[in-house]
Amino acid sequence: MKIVVCIKQVPDTKGGVKFNPDGTLDRGAMLAIMNPDDKAGLEAALRLKDEYGAEVTVVTMGLPKAEEVLREAMAMGADNGILVTDRVLGGADTWATSTTIAGAIRNLEYDLIITGRQAIDGDTAQVGPQISEHLDIPVISYAQNIKIDGDSVVVERQYEDRYHVVKAKMPCLITALSELNEPRYMTPGGIFDAYQKEITVWGRADLKDVDDSNLGLKGSPTKIAKASDKVRKGAGEKVTLDPDESVSYIVDKLKVKHVI
Amino acid sequence: MNLEEYKGVYVFAQQVDNEISSIAFELLGKAKDLAKDLNTDVTAVLLGSDVKGLADNLAEYGADKVIVVDDPELKVYRTEPYAHALAEVINKYKPEIVLVGATAIGRDLGPRVSARVATGLTADCTVLEIGDFPLQAIPGQEQKHNQLLMTRPAFGGNTIATIACPDNRPQMATVRAGVMQKIQPIKGAKAVVEEFNPGFTPDNKYVEILDVVKAVTDTVDIMDAKILVSGGRGVGSPENFKILEDLAAVLGGTVSCSRAVVDAGWKPKDLQVGQTGKTVRPNVYFAIGISGAIQHVAGMEESDIIIAINKDADAPIFDVADYGIVGDLNKIVPKLTESLKAEIAAK
Repeated sequence: MKIVVCIKQVPDTKGGVKFNPDGTLDRGAMLAIMNPDDKAGLEAALRLKDEYGAEVTVVTMGLPKAEEVLREAMAMGADNGILVTDRVLGGADTWATSTTIAGAIRNLEYDLIITGRQAIDGDTAQVGPQISEHLDIPVISYAQNIKIDGDSVVVERQYEDRYHVVKAKMPCLITALSELNEPRYMTPGGIFDAYQKEITVWGRADLKDVDDSNLGLKGSPTKIAKASDKVRKGAGEKVTLDPDESVSYIVDKLKVKHVI
Repeated sequence: MNLEEYKGVYVFAQQVDNEISSIAFELLGKAKDLAKDLNTDVTAVLLGSDVKGLADNLAEYGADKVIVVDDPELKVYRTEPYAHALAEVINKYKPEIVLVGATAIGRDLGPRVSARVATGLTADCTVLEIGDFPLQAIPGQEQKHNQLLMTRPAFGGNTIATIACPDNRPQMATVRAGVMQKIQPIKGAKAVVEEFNPGFTPDNKYVEILDVVKAVTDTVDIMDAKILVSGGRGVGSPENFKILEDLAAVLGGTVSCSRAVVDAGWKPKDLQVGQTGKTVRPNVYFAIGISGAIQHVAGMEESDIIIAINKDADAPIFDVADYGIVGDLNKIVPKLTESLKAEIAAK
């Protein structure tokens, strides 16, 4: 079985976000990590590899620096890494990004494609389903459990108040939730091996069946009109009182606001 | 693509088990505002099996017209038949704007359909309005009017961006539940109902549903609660949530929690408030033992009154709280419950 896992290098928003003086995001000053949902997708692929045997190829699109997450994935156990990088791909929205990644994947053989549900920088959850549409294969989003059954996958697909057990013929694309599993750590041997392996680097010319008009900033239907720091409502009162006084304070506020 | 051909504001009227989801009514409320600004009307797109009877319900919440695609293939949500139906509705009727709920269904359907009809999609919008793109005229560049301007948070709620889709139609956006307001239903309102069936040809993309497993829950949806008593890791243990439940019971409220609590396995995911949980805007939000990570704040900062109790005076939750109490929740919360009980009994 051949599995392609799409991963993204993202700024770690948990540690807060840093800005350049002009208000744009200072990506250089922030820690870059493998997107958590993608890491869960990779772990799911590696578990399928452990159980059924599989060749796992990780694909990322980004700046040359994104090679770091490919090395990390290979140190965890992925077999091959492909970096899709080219200046003309910059500024892509989800349409142009999914078009690019689909163009890269068309060069590969695959039974299963796994992506994270969403990246913590954009939070859109759109790229996975859009890749599946470009490749004309079924998609199962929000996977919480993945099993192989002959030439099909059986997946528990999460909804707000239920899950569906869904069976799809491969090839198929699955988007993984970070709750899916606890990703393994890199091993020292794995790290050593990862740096012995070649990373494949592809540019615009390597993308298959993709029109220039669908790539990068120019090929993005959505355009940013304005971006700014979030203006928050600001702090109200803060008091330090003993427990009884604290209680009276809260009760008074609830009365003033007609809650009680 | 002749952009002028595309008219009207459309809403994907999500239904589950043949019951319209609340998000559909919320989107209709917003669609009405947008349609007014554009001098056009509001159309709900209702997909399902045996769902035609739900059209009046959509009319009561603001739909002028309802397009119904009624087919057995649409009985339970599956990506492909739904994407096919919605994409064919778009191809035939050419809407200017399509709004979809950012639900577990909408966040799967929206991207698949937008890719199929080759247009942009903006996720999880918090503000939708009609305006110009670019916002200010730029010499040498055409300024387009009557564009859908879609504002959304990004980078874990640290930034907000306003996005337009000036050269493709329809302009598509997803919106989270709880963000837009539904209108007061107009009893007896009727919409023009139009039935349409694009034909369904099952192939590999029509996945098979082997089982539907519903979560057993008897709790109120936290998005509907007027008062939320929300606990974080600071509550200390799953057992200690009892003091929060007691407080909620006195006020007729509901208990919710932060992501840390769900990750620790203390509470189920459907009680989680925040970026990866639910967006809530109750009248009163108690944040108890919640530090206030930005991802949590993104899901609750629109609450009318925020009351925070935390022993760490530097906890970021105090930056958004209307009333912040630095102190020990174990000492304060039980006393607060008793005091409120007495107050309410005295009335």
